Amino acid sequence: MAKQSGLLARMGFVKYPGAAVPHRKHTSDTPTEVMPVPATVEIVMSMHIGAPCTPTVKVKDHVDVGTVIGTNTGFLSTIIHSSVSGTVKKIDTVLMPNGSKAKAVVIETDGQQTLDPNIKPPVINSREDFIEAVKQSGLVGLGGAGFPTHIKLNPAPDVLEKVDTLIINAAECEPYITADEHEILENYENVIYGITKVKECLDAKQVIIGIEDNKPKAIALMKEKIKDYDYIRVEELPARYPQGAEKVLIDTCTGREVPPGKLPADVGVVVMNVASIGFLGGYLKTGIPLTTKRVTVDGNCVTNPKNVRVLIGTKIKDIMDFCGGYKKQPTKLISGGPMMGMALMTDDFPVLKQNNAFLAFDEEEAKIYEPTSCIRCGRCVNACPMRLMPTKMEDAVNYKDVDALKKLNVMTCMECGCCAYVCPANRKLVQAFRIGKTLVRNAGK
Amino acid sequence: MENKLLVSSSPHISSPVKTKNIMRDVIIALMPALVASIIFFGARALLIEVVSVATCVVCEYLCRKIMKREQTIGDLSAVVTGLLLAFNLPSGVPLYVPIIGGGVAIIIAKQMFGGIGQNFVNPALLARIVLMNSFPVLMTTWPVTNFDTSDAVTAATPLALSKAGQAFPSYLDMFLGNTGGCLGETSALALLIGGIYLIVKHVISPIIPCVYIGVVFVLAAALGLDPVMQILSGGLFLGAFFMATDYVTSPLTNKGKVIYALCMGIMTILIRRFASLPEGVSYSIVLMNIIVPLIERKTIPLPFGVVKEAKKK
Repeated sequence: MAKQSGLLARMGFVKYPGAAVPHRKHTSDTPTEVMPVPATVEIVMSMHIGAPCTPTVKVKDHVDVGTVIGTNTGFLSTIIHSSVSGTVKKIDTVLMPNGSKAKAVVIETDGQQTLDPNIKPPVINSREDFIEAVKQSGLVGLGGAGFPTHIKLNPAPDVLEKVDTLIINAAECEPYITADEHEILENYENVIYGITKVKECLDAKQVIIGIEDNKPKAIALMKEKIKDYDYIRVEELPARYPQGAEKVLIDTCTGREVPPGKLPADVGVVVMNVASIGFLGGYLKTGIPLTTKRVTVDGNCVTNPKNVRVLIGTKIKDIMDFCGGYKKQPTKLISGGPMMGMALMTDDFPVLKQNNAFLAFDEEEAKIYEPTSCIRCGRCVNACPMRLMPTKMEDAVNYKDVDALKKLNVMTCMECGCCAYVCPANRKLVQAFRIGKTLVRNAGK
Repeated sequence: MENKLLVSSSPHISSPVKTKNIMRDVIIALMPALVASIIFFGARALLIEVVSVATCVVCEYLCRKIMKREQTIGDLSAVVTGLLLAFNLPSGVPLYVPIIGGGVAIIIAKQMFGGIGQNFVNPALLARIVLMNSFPVLMTTWPVTNFDTSDAVTAATPLALSKAGQAFPSYLDMFLGNTGGCLGETSALALLIGGIYLIVKHVISPIIPCVYIGVVFVLAAALGLDPVMQILSGGLFLGAFFMATDYVTSPLTNKGKVIYALCMGIMTILIRRFASLPEGVSYSIVLMNIIVPLIERKTIPLPFGVVKEAKKK
């Protein structure tokens, strides 16, 4: 995207992918606050891509911080730890924001936060030890996707052979969110330590830390701290949404385009979110698994917007109370950013590993505009970072034309929302493409 | 939290630029040309513009009402059509001409095909062509401007003069608009100001006007015509900035826009040079409007990460 955002693109002569979404980084200058231990936490057994975990504890069991409470033997899964010390109150079934159901372990906290006696820094003598340690840490992609990290770091040998670049994603292109920026500002030592270890594991030649240029403090600090590492460099990315989308980031940093249906490793790149690598760096030193998360709390209904370090499983309403409560009645509550985040039906929902923000919008901010006729202005075509034709795809969805949808590569759409954001006719494009993708998937069955 | 929360698909925010703002920007961009038309052709120009806009808005209102569709006059697109139509009329036409024209543009070219976004040709241009063929004399009788020093009542357009082998006005007069012609087309300066406004505001892509005007300039020079005179005269600036760039009837992709504008330029200069008509902008644009779906079919971009080789199979 960087290479295409020159003067000609700004003037409209060539395609200018992405959208000029507002930044609204209100919490950029407020240091992260640690939230006190809540009375209960609800730890969901499905907070990653892949098979959900099965609870390994029973009601009335005592757990400590870091005690394993959920596992799965499947290939694509991870391990879930208790984030608190206390007593298991019940094993519940909860309705997830996407409508599916998942098991959850509800723990009544004792406020002691005693560490599980089994926790000790991992001993690593080989690549296999490292992967196993990552697995035991419970780490999943913290940027939002929740892909188990030990699988990402362990591709097939022939693919691993090709990997020469590790990219650390600190673009943070979504409006409002500043959690990754604070990860750099407050945890840079662990970020760099994590980088050195993952680089070793992947045998990568270079490491690129991608940061959008609207975060000058983070860029300056990172540049200063990596001076002694000749293989790490900081890439200042143009602050244009969706710069942090994996494929876009890889293109900007390396000029390599990941083909549809392929993974970054196929073009020799592994991308990790900065919060993931920061956690990993700390974990390798202490052995404390993933039990806390930094989230940005913002939106015009929140009294004191800020970054909060919360225990995984904390209810959103408890976090909101910690931020001074709602100053007016929220109309919409979003987990994640306003471009790709998910609207929640209630604030009685716990924090997941991959959450990075909670936004509470009032009626005005949450307003949904009525769609009007497409005027074929082409803004969506210009904005699409995947070079698709959103307006044509929407037509094909309306006609349920699976052949046309395939031809228009609807499956390449990453639902970044640029098209719908820029549409002057308020067409519900992303919504249509989700339907379109389902049509294509079902047609293949 | 007693109230229920709103759950909807992402994205949860949207750009403040809406259809109405875009149309408002086009209207603002047409204002310099409107002022120029009043300066050069007097109050009569304003009267025609008002009648044309009013006809278009009323027709749109009635069509939507009769067809029991949601009302769309609020998006201001009918106002834009009305202004563009008026700009394509000489100042001396009787008032029934803009009324008929407005009716043709809105009822036939726009609403019968489904309203905004659905018309396959530019409504104002289709109306102009219908009027040209229905009232050839009225549509080609151009009163002189207010600054004309001769005793004449009507003036020929620079293109007609040039085609007849006669002397045409100075570049400066043509640039400012002090020549015979339709209301809004004579002042290249006023149109240029409006066009630049639209480009700066990202309402239109600069590709179509630049390629279109550029091609006319180069081809005119190649065919031995006066290139400066060719781009300053006739409806080229009006067509290139305001009509050819009409979203609905121009290609979506940049590549498509280049092809579209290139063909328009070639067609315009061929009509001007070889056809019996003095002016070819409206026919070029309307003909290319019709070809847009074909251009579009051939200019679907390769998606991200797909390399050219993959296409051959």
